[in-house]
Amino acid sequence: MALQSLDITRSSATTTPSPSQRQTPEVAKLIDISKCIGCKACQVACMEWNDTRDTIGTNHGVLDNPLDLTENSWTVMRYSEVETDRGLEWLIRKDGCMHCTEPGCLKACPAPGAIVQYSNGIVDFHEESCIGCGYCITGCPFNIPRLSKKDSKVYKCTLCSDRVAVGLEPACVKTCPTGAIMFGTKEAMLHHAEGRIIDLRSRGFAKAGVYDPQGVGGTHVMYVLQHADRPEIYSGLPREPAIGPLVELWKGAAKPVASLALAAVGIGAFFHYVTKGPNEVSEKIEKEFKDEK
Amino acid sequence: MKNDPDKLLRFTAPERVNHWLVAIMFFLLALSGLAFFHPLFYPLSQLFGGGVWTRILHPYFGLAMIFSFGGMFFRFRKLSIVTPADREWLGHVREIVNGDHRNMPEAGKLNGGQKLMFWSLVACMALLVLSGIVIWRAYFSFLFPVVVIRFAAVVHALAGAIMVALIIGHIYIAIWTKESIDAMLYGRVRRAWAKQHHPAWFREITGGDK
Repeated sequence: MALQSLDITRSSATTTPSPSQRQTPEVAKLIDISKCIGCKACQVACMEWNDTRDTIGTNHGVLDNPLDLTENSWTVMRYSEVETDRGLEWLIRKDGCMHCTEPGCLKACPAPGAIVQYSNGIVDFHEESCIGCGYCITGCPFNIPRLSKKDSKVYKCTLCSDRVAVGLEPACVKTCPTGAIMFGTKEAMLHHAEGRIIDLRSRGFAKAGVYDPQGVGGTHVMYVLQHADRPEIYSGLPREPAIGPLVELWKGAAKPVASLALAAVGIGAFFHYVTKGPNEVSEKIEKEFKDEK
Repeated sequence: MKNDPDKLLRFTAPERVNHWLVAIMFFLLALSGLAFFHPLFYPLSQLFGGGVWTRILHPYFGLAMIFSFGGMFFRFRKLSIVTPADREWLGHVREIVNGDHRNMPEAGKLNGGQKLMFWSLVACMALLVLSGIVIWRAYFSFLFPVVVIRFAAVVHALAGAIMVALIIGHIYIAIWTKESIDAMLYGRVRRAWAKQHHPAWFREITGGDK
């Protein structure tokens, strides 16, 4: 257990209960896109606290830098210019792990304990148990985990589980100069989001809403969207993210059913032998060839 | 004497070597693959030096399997062509299960069941190779969209499970049918055995009843 003070609700590739004596309240990060100015202080704070350094890239002619999440950049700002009923809008979304209540990464992971979900809702990777298969990338509905070429382990946002464990807010929350990123219990964050939505609606954003997708059981990183009816305009935020039917089949029914079927084949074969006996050369043919040895 | 020249040669030395290479690769692949299949089997990864080594080695075992199974395919594909006589043989399910030879149509060098096993394994192997390339994260997965990778993961798991089931069946039938394993271990079988289990082949190579 990496963090003794955080109980575990779920552990990858584990079929028995994890340490879960205590019940901590569910936490959540709320990202209010209508308040974000795209300063990237959160990106910097994330690298500061977690002590990651990305390689210096090239200028792609856009503000997005780096262009995508990497094993060293656990959060990136994604900028999009979109025509809405209010004219041209500049939508900036802080992308990173959503800390799903039903995490696809954890479901897909074959290494016991490499991915855990704390009882406060944070989904964390324990890289020392990671085997580098990349199944979490296959299982994630948000395309978040990144496999390091240096050590073949996957990395992503931890929601600063180490800070949260000792009662601090995540580094990105602490640094945000406009208060666009907030942190607290999930209940408090949903309550705060309601107020923000009322405010946005009164100012003409008729479809403002909170992004807490129920397809993954809700998330522990939520957005306030000005246009909640069109999440995809925010640099491709999935409309209805879920652990898809293929991953459900792969990691759900297929494994126990197939394991039982294999056991049945083996046991069936044994009892076939016991009931039918060996398949030997008949006495009649043996007599024909009695000279042969 | 196990390899008495008076006995009938069923499988040549190269065929036997090829078969056992495939068998060794199968065990390495099945044991390492099962480690990722269900948490119950994860301890199998210890056989290969832990989870990371198992993840590294499994696809390379697969590469070795492509070559060894490829050899089997080209050696046995003509022999495994299913004929109408084989279809009739396969229709006698009850007699096959009971090991009752009295009313069975005459089997050739390979019977209908063995041919069906061959083509089932070929199909599984093709699916495993194709899907395995897609989910080989270190070198190939980045070439494919995530939906294709998810589909390949399902195909790989199911084809692998079917393959293991087929091989359990294959091994059992080799134990059940006494002396048949001699054919693959030493190459030669007794004339009586050949007449009992593969009468059409027996007549073809001896030209008679004895």
